[in-house]
Amino acid sequence: MLIPGPLKKPPKPGDGDGAGPAERLKETPADLVGWIDERTGGASFLTGMLYRKVPKGTTWFYTLGSATLFAFVVQAVTGVFLAMYYTPSATQAYGSITHLTNDVFLGEFVRGMHVWGASLMIILIWLHMARTFVFGAYKYPRELNWVIGVVLLILTMTMAFTGYLLPFDQRSFWASVVGININGTGPVLGPYLSDFLRAGPDFGATTLSRFYAIHMMLIPGAIAALIGAHLYLVAKLGTTAPPWLKVESEPELREQEV
Amino acid sequence: MADAADKTNGSAGDGGLPKPDPPGYFEGESMSRRKALTVAGQAVGGIAGAVIVLPAVGFAVAPIFHQPQERWESVGPVSRFTEKTYTPVVFTLVQGVGEAGKTTAYVRKATSNETQPYEPYIALSTRCAHLGCPVHFVEAAGNFICPCHGGVYDFAGKVIGGPPVRPLDHFQTRVRDGQVQVGPRYSVTSQLQPVRYRDPGEYTGGIWNILYPPRPDTLPAP
Repeated sequence: MLIPGPLKKPPKPGDGDGAGPAERLKETPADLVGWIDERTGGASFLTGMLYRKVPKGTTWFYTLGSATLFAFVVQAVTGVFLAMYYTPSATQAYGSITHLTNDVFLGEFVRGMHVWGASLMIILIWLHMARTFVFGAYKYPRELNWVIGVVLLILTMTMAFTGYLLPFDQRSFWASVVGININGTGPVLGPYLSDFLRAGPDFGATTLSRFYAIHMMLIPGAIAALIGAHLYLVAKLGTTAPPWLKVESEPELREQEV
Repeated sequence: MADAADKTNGSAGDGGLPKPDPPGYFEGESMSRRKALTVAGQAVGGIAGAVIVLPAVGFAVAPIFHQPQERWESVGPVSRFTEKTYTPVVFTLVQGVGEAGKTTAYVRKATSNETQPYEPYIALSTRCAHLGCPVHFVEAAGNFICPCHGGVYDFAGKVIGGPPVRPLDHFQTRVRDGQVQVGPRYSVTSQLQPVRYRDPGEYTGGIWNILYPPRPDTLPAP
């Protein structure tokens, strides 16, 4: 029983012949999953999560959010393994990337998954967002989930911005210089934001490690936490039916309407 | 019915403890103990959080307020530079990052009628004033051209085309022992008035000097 049956209620204690020790022993789960479930109540949570009702008309469009989540998981897993070979130092970063790509077994493949997966995640986020917008799924009571989603979008764009520098070749260096300077064009606070990103007035010794720390630790944690909140609200509020499906009233109620 | 004079916070007359009115407040108290302890607990928690968070944030933003050291680097003998054209020189702008810390500047001798900005030698930064790409000098045209977004500057470094928002930045220059030295970077207005170094993409002069404030981690203009 890895996944619990749909909404099956456990027997109440004392429902049997008697609430004696033999009866209780019969109810005690003997397998590991049951043992854990008795102590965490995870099965009822999973039951509610997996067997929750979805509206009629739920189509493949509704899988875009899950696809984005899967893209994030791919980025997290491949990112952890890339970090095993990467050196966030201005003098060694490019060399470590070259070594990773050319010498390490399957290195080019794992790096390719991370590079292309990043683009894929951005594309999937936009499609997911477009689906939500076009279907009107951002309306009451799901406005807060829309707001969380927008924050997740911004965080993902920040991931793309900070990750682009890490190979430290000419393209990523100059793209980051331009990107930081675009941040600096904001009035009053912009120059200080640029200084914060560069750790100084010029692209310096700790700029790369700063980007690496933001890319590697700060934002992934925030994204994971917000995804948790996002999913919690999805499970709590449910999904919406597509706008082309009209609400059908019960037949007996329909007769009364006449 | 109790007498009106009996409505005090005192005992109810049955020898029991006095009943606080309103609930939680005894006579002369402006705050109940429960509320006082709640406020005190939140204050202690807030202080404990601040003790952890503030140093961490300060650690991360400290470089913004770090006053840099003035650095000068020799880029060649005075005979290397003429008034007619620019000579590219490479020197280290940021130490400790290898090749990434090096930058190119175009240096020429200042002509006698050049009064603004006054430097013995003119050293123009290759950093485009649009978004920071490296410009290069085209000898035949006498112009600086940026490869990224098409910015064009004339011989003096003023914008004559494309998106840049101000002339090319300068480096301070001086002559020591027959060697031309380049020093701190500074920005200029469209009239080539020196101002404190601004990042690319930021306008200079007039109200812009307030909208894009000078930063404490740069050196003052000459």
